[in-house]
Amino acid sequence: MTRRDITLDDIESLAVGAWILGTGGGGNPYLPLLNMRALYREGHRVQLIDAADLADDDWVGTVANMGAPLVGQERLTDSLTLARAVSVMEKHTGHHFAALMSMEIGGANGVRPLMAAAHLKRPVVDSDTMGRAYPEAQMTSVAVGGLRPYPLTAVDVRGFESIVHKVPTWKWAERVARKICVEYGSVAATCQPPRTGAEVKQWAIHGTTSKAMAIGRAVREAQRRHDDPIAAILSVEPGKLLYKGKVADVERRATEGFLRGLVRFDGMDDWRGAVLVINFQNEWIVARRDGEAIAMSPDLICVLDSVSGEAVGSETIRYGQRVTVIALPPPAVFLSPRGLDHVGPRAFGYDLEFRSVFSA
Amino acid sequence: MKRIGIDVGGTNTDAVLIEDGKVAGAVKAPTSEDVTTGILDSLKSLGATGLLKGKRIDGVMIGTTHFINAVVQRRQLTRVAALRLGMPASASLPPFCDWPEDLASLVRGGVWMVEGGHEYDGRLFMPLDEAAVTKAAQEMKAAGLKSVGISSIFSPLDPSHEKRAAELVMAVIPDAAITCSSDLGRIGLLERENAGLLNAALADLASETIAAFETAIQESGIAAPLFITQNDGTVAEAGQARRLPVYSFASGATNSMRGAAYLSGLADAMVIDVGGTTTDVGQLKHGFPREANSVVKVGGVRTLFRMPDLLSIGLGGGSHVSLESTEEGPLKVGPVSVGYRLMKDGVAFGGKQLTTTDVAVAMGLLELGDRKKVAYLDEATCKKVLAEAARLAEEAIDRMKTEAGDVPLIAVGGGAFLIPEKLPGVSKVIHVEHGDCANAVGAAIAQVSGECDQIFKDMSRRDAIAAAQGIANDRAVAAGADRKTLGTIESEDMPLAYLPGNSVRVRVRVVGDVAAG
Repeated sequence: MTRRDITLDDIESLAVGAWILGTGGGGNPYLPLLNMRALYREGHRVQLIDAADLADDDWVGTVANMGAPLVGQERLTDSLTLARAVSVMEKHTGHHFAALMSMEIGGANGVRPLMAAAHLKRPVVDSDTMGRAYPEAQMTSVAVGGLRPYPLTAVDVRGFESIVHKVPTWKWAERVARKICVEYGSVAATCQPPRTGAEVKQWAIHGTTSKAMAIGRAVREAQRRHDDPIAAILSVEPGKLLYKGKVADVERRATEGFLRGLVRFDGMDDWRGAVLVINFQNEWIVARRDGEAIAMSPDLICVLDSVSGEAVGSETIRYGQRVTVIALPPPAVFLSPRGLDHVGPRAFGYDLEFRSVFSA
Repeated sequence: MKRIGIDVGGTNTDAVLIEDGKVAGAVKAPTSEDVTTGILDSLKSLGATGLLKGKRIDGVMIGTTHFINAVVQRRQLTRVAALRLGMPASASLPPFCDWPEDLASLVRGGVWMVEGGHEYDGRLFMPLDEAAVTKAAQEMKAAGLKSVGISSIFSPLDPSHEKRAAELVMAVIPDAAITCSSDLGRIGLLERENAGLLNAALADLASETIAAFETAIQESGIAAPLFITQNDGTVAEAGQARRLPVYSFASGATNSMRGAAYLSGLADAMVIDVGGTTTDVGQLKHGFPREANSVVKVGGVRTLFRMPDLLSIGLGGGSHVSLESTEEGPLKVGPVSVGYRLMKDGVAFGGKQLTTTDVAVAMGLLELGDRKKVAYLDEATCKKVLAEAARLAEEAIDRMKTEAGDVPLIAVGGGAFLIPEKLPGVSKVIHVEHGDCANAVGAAIAQVSGECDQIFKDMSRRDAIAAAQGIANDRAVAAGADRKTLGTIESEDMPLAYLPGNSVRVRVRVVGDVAAG
């Protein structure tokens, strides 16, 4: 197994890049980043491995927090609690995890596996199961792959420990875990169903941690040089510039436990006079320019602060903000008919045929 | 209604008297090192105009950058005991965890974390460990700490743990100066706690400064209550400002925008405040500056202060002008400025550095210095310089505009002469009398506000907003507002993802006139 040391500077970049890959959701990685700074100060270190380095019969623990980002802003986020979610799973299944992995590289969950890994002294796999952020548990590559949706552990900082021993589908896993999470106070640290090395190699989305780091590094370096951070992102990722504008209106409503709504933008610079509307369900899902759909899930729609290049989230986007919208290519696993069933525009209730920004 | 507004700036202390809705007098005095003298001088010269004779003044409103400068310059700060109620959550990120180390080492007197706090819906997260609070207070006392910042999980929803802990600390340290984070509002434990700790660090300075203001007013012979202006264009009475100095952090820019609204009679417009070195562009909504909603860093510390959303560019009356053509263009204006040395270094004053003021003098826009000294500048060149300054202003205005149509623009500040009568994207440029003292005018006319930002559960949207309004009204009255004059200027509601039931976070802000008497 070849292991690469992750430096604190890599993690600073990861936080910026993961927030961008959050495509509007997933929560700001600032608090996980603060935890990592503290852990590195105390001497902890984390290493990164490639999925290819795993043996087929290795076991991998998938780590994520579940819940309302707002609760996280008050309870903060605790590295030992994440580690405990993993330990409870190991005890329950009897498997020893050779490595940990992110469920969701986008947003705060892109950094959280490192928090658990620091305590448990395991490497982190340079892969995840979304390649971005998505609102629901069935919106993962392992769900598209039809892998087993149980067991799942959910723990609370006060010491509560719950195990979802068996459920028939990923949607049921989402429903049952969500109930536990709500009782805890709308936040839980979870260890997702264990995966074998073979499953990770076949179904995970690879290279996403290093991709987030590269994006974040490009933005941070551009900020330091006072260069255009958006151009810097597009120089390291094969993305497309879609639009520049100002937020003209934000409509939000909470339905079925999700934040849904739309943001309307007025164009600036080359886009003066063009109106962009983006619908969201936690994450940005469909972007329409002057009524015509120009980008949709699973393409990554990233709304970025035009000056800093950092991500703007659907919970905090506000009237008057000056933003640039770019699209990044989606993970290939979501482009199959099965993948589109899980995360295509129809999975979010939009009667649109998926057309990628990148297919033209 | 007669009020005196004072702006204690870096260079000048301006004072204005507002009487029956008009600026009756305006004076400038140099800012003094001890603050009191500068204020006393400006009040004296205002008195020398004879305007104050035999009049009852309803209030003296002072805007100051004192408190923010103390944080930025790391001086006159008090050591603080941080007490957080929220264990076992948040343990890995203790108070001061995201402060710059130089500031933390000055302010951090000690950190205590005990069990307590609430859930998002008001349920208990953990019962308050009262014995641990008392033990912490005894340790604070032994360490000689008197300034205490208390924070608790979800305290904006339920401040009871913070209040109870404050009582327990007072029982051990009767002369403690305590800041509860719930008094500073807003969800976000770290940012709210940071604001509370900064506030606690300013406890001694706030007492001294406000006492100095009171002394200056008393010595000037004016019998009127003192108010301190806040970041959002409203005032707090002296007692509250002494308790919560962080709310007065960024009042200067706000005051000039509010002053612009008042002098022009417009409530919705863009404002451009052209100073000596920089130009601030902001937007007035309902007579108040539009606020920045995001995290604001003060002296390197993340906070959630109410601050106006401003764009600052390097353009002003002292901006360097270079007539040599470069790759960037035929000539250059700013961003470097001669600043307070304008009257020495500017060409019209016998100096060597060509500035925007010199060009304005040459064009006859300003009567300053010696016009003969700038007679060598031909009209075509001058026009090009002014056009470049106008282009910079236009770009900044366009970036800050939040609507597509043309909007009115109010130009204030000592460098307002740089803003021409016509600008693209602007329906009308408004220059106002006393525009150079807009900040002191803004201080004089400041109102009192109250804010509520919390989560309401199982209520209709309308009931939740009404409940928030009631809380905001009560807070405004507690801060010195006249209940009859209260009006809502901001109301924002946001349904909460993932939370069950009908959870909605409502933020309401109301303002009213200062209550008489």
